Amino acid sequence: MGAGPGGTLLARYVPGTSAVHRLEPHLKLVSVLAFALVVVATPVHAPWAPAAYAGYLLAVLTAAAVAGVSPARLARGLVVEVPFVAFAVLLPFVAAGPQVEVLGLSVSRTGLAAGGGLLAKATLSILAATILSATTEPRALLRGLERLRLPQVLVQILMFMIRYADVVGGELHRMRVARESRGFHGGGLRGLRVMAATAGSLFVRSYERGERVHLAMLSRGYTGRLPTGAVSAAAPGAWAVALSLPLAAAAVLLAGMLLG
Amino acid sequence: MTAPPPSLLVEDLAFAYPDGHQALFGVDLRIERGERVALLGPNGAGKTTLVLHLNGILRAGRGEVTVAGLPVAKRSLPEIRRRVGVVFQDPDDQLFMPTVADDVAFGPRNLGLPEEEVAARVTAALEQVRMADAADRPPHHLSFGQRRRVAVATVLAMQPEIVVLDEPSSNLDPAGRRELAEVLTELPVTLLMVTHDLPYAAQMCPRSVILDGGVVVADGPTPDVLSDAGLLAAHRLELPYGFSPAG
Ligand SMILES: Nc1ncnc2c1ncn2[C@@H]1O[C@H](COP(=O)(O)OP(=O)(O)OP(=O)(O)O)[C@@H](O)[C@H]1O
Ligand SMILES: [Mg+2]
Repeated sequence: MGAGPGGTLLARYVPGTSAVHRLEPHLKLVSVLAFALVVVATPVHAPWAPAAYAGYLLAVLTAAAVAGVSPARLARGLVVEVPFVAFAVLLPFVAAGPQVEVLGLSVSRTGLAAGGGLLAKATLSILAATILSATTEPRALLRGLERLRLPQVLVQILMFMIRYADVVGGELHRMRVARESRGFHGGGLRGLRVMAATAGSLFVRSYERGERVHLAMLSRGYTGRLPTGAVSAAAPGAWAVALSLPLAAAAVLLAGMLLG
Repeated sequence: MTAPPPSLLVEDLAFAYPDGHQALFGVDLRIERGERVALLGPNGAGKTTLVLHLNGILRAGRGEVTVAGLPVAKRSLPEIRRRVGVVFQDPDDQLFMPTVADDVAFGPRNLGLPEEEVAARVTAALEQVRMADAADRPPHHLSFGQRRRVAVATVLAMQPEIVVLDEPSSNLDPAGRRELAEVLTELPVTLLMVTHDLPYAAQMCPRSVILDGGVVVADGPTPDVLSDAGLLAAHRLELPYGFSPAG
């Protein structure tokens, strides 16, 4: 947490007026998804794969520049990738097959390509997703998902997550402050026991809040459907702008396949 | 000419929770259109339980609730929930949509109203609680007092017959209390206010009802009820030090 009240999820969005900001959310979702598909479809063992990755990177950085997303913001987006990095770094050591020398270490050639490919693909997809989340308000994203016919139940779950992340985070924070005010420092077996009790009590509180929210919703005529406001149709020009990122990536892929 | 039916009529209402705990033992209460009534009572008296019967969240074990002539029954629930606007104690329970305007629109949209009508009601309701500026803000960025006023707007947008508030003054600072009182006293609706806050009741409600042990034990003009020291003491209600109800 640490973002203070109203921080956690909404802090990721950076308001702006760029062409990317102004795009309809569902177009951006389609665009990012299509880009990720093209990236994933690139064969890792093809000799031209590194060149293709470079091409994708250029495309996604251009999109970031148009959107006005700072390099620092992009870098922060990549933090979620850390577990992948650990896995990708392991691959060359554990994979079988012909070995190559890298920095004095003997590693598997296919492992290296697979690990490198995994890392490149994850990085590229996350960069695209970071641009999406930096230029789209969470609730606009929800509307986009709804436009794309994501089941109502999933949209509602996501909406509640966005709305209550801060409330639950605040509750957790207050519980920690209360704990520490009574001289608790954590660590050790006793610390674990206290953490378990905290998690349990947070679960019960959140569950009870869920029940109260449901009551309040029923009181205002909730019937299981969440009615949202009207949505406007997207102009053909907007589609062209949105699809330029995946189309550029597809062109790179095609060039690789034909020339490589 | 016939008088309009009372906004709220509760007759011999009894209720036991599924675990067997009996919370209401035959409650009678009649509130005329346009009245402002305080519902007082100690912790565990059954106030919240009664409130949950008024819009059919809980179903009466015995007795009946009627809202402006319409009995609460399974068939009438959508209309009952439009007529009875309940403002719950914790605004974080009530406000769950990403923005204030979306949240106020939730009820009217559930009624299936056209979008222009929804927008008009949202604007009108937010203006009534003096929160029109906050329409596009996320509820969790507002102060507690502002959130409580938005919670009031969410039920006003349903154009209810009666607004029921559970502990509206809890957790409010003095300025927040005053602002809420100003907003509430200006509303052109029937008001039932559940509270432990006796000065607040004295300030806003000409009539007070005391509920204790699941029955109504007193019902009368607020100054009379609050100046009966024996009655208050018998039901664990206390005026703050130095407060005089007669004023
Ligand atoms: N879900 C439940 N299951 C069983 N018993 C309950 C439940 N909710 C409340 N009760 C009991 O019913 C009685 C009335 O509770 P209620 O919440 O209506 O009181 P209240 O007047 O609103 O109190 P407070 O001033 O503390 O809000 C209490 O004795 C309470 O323990
Ligand atoms: Mg209560």
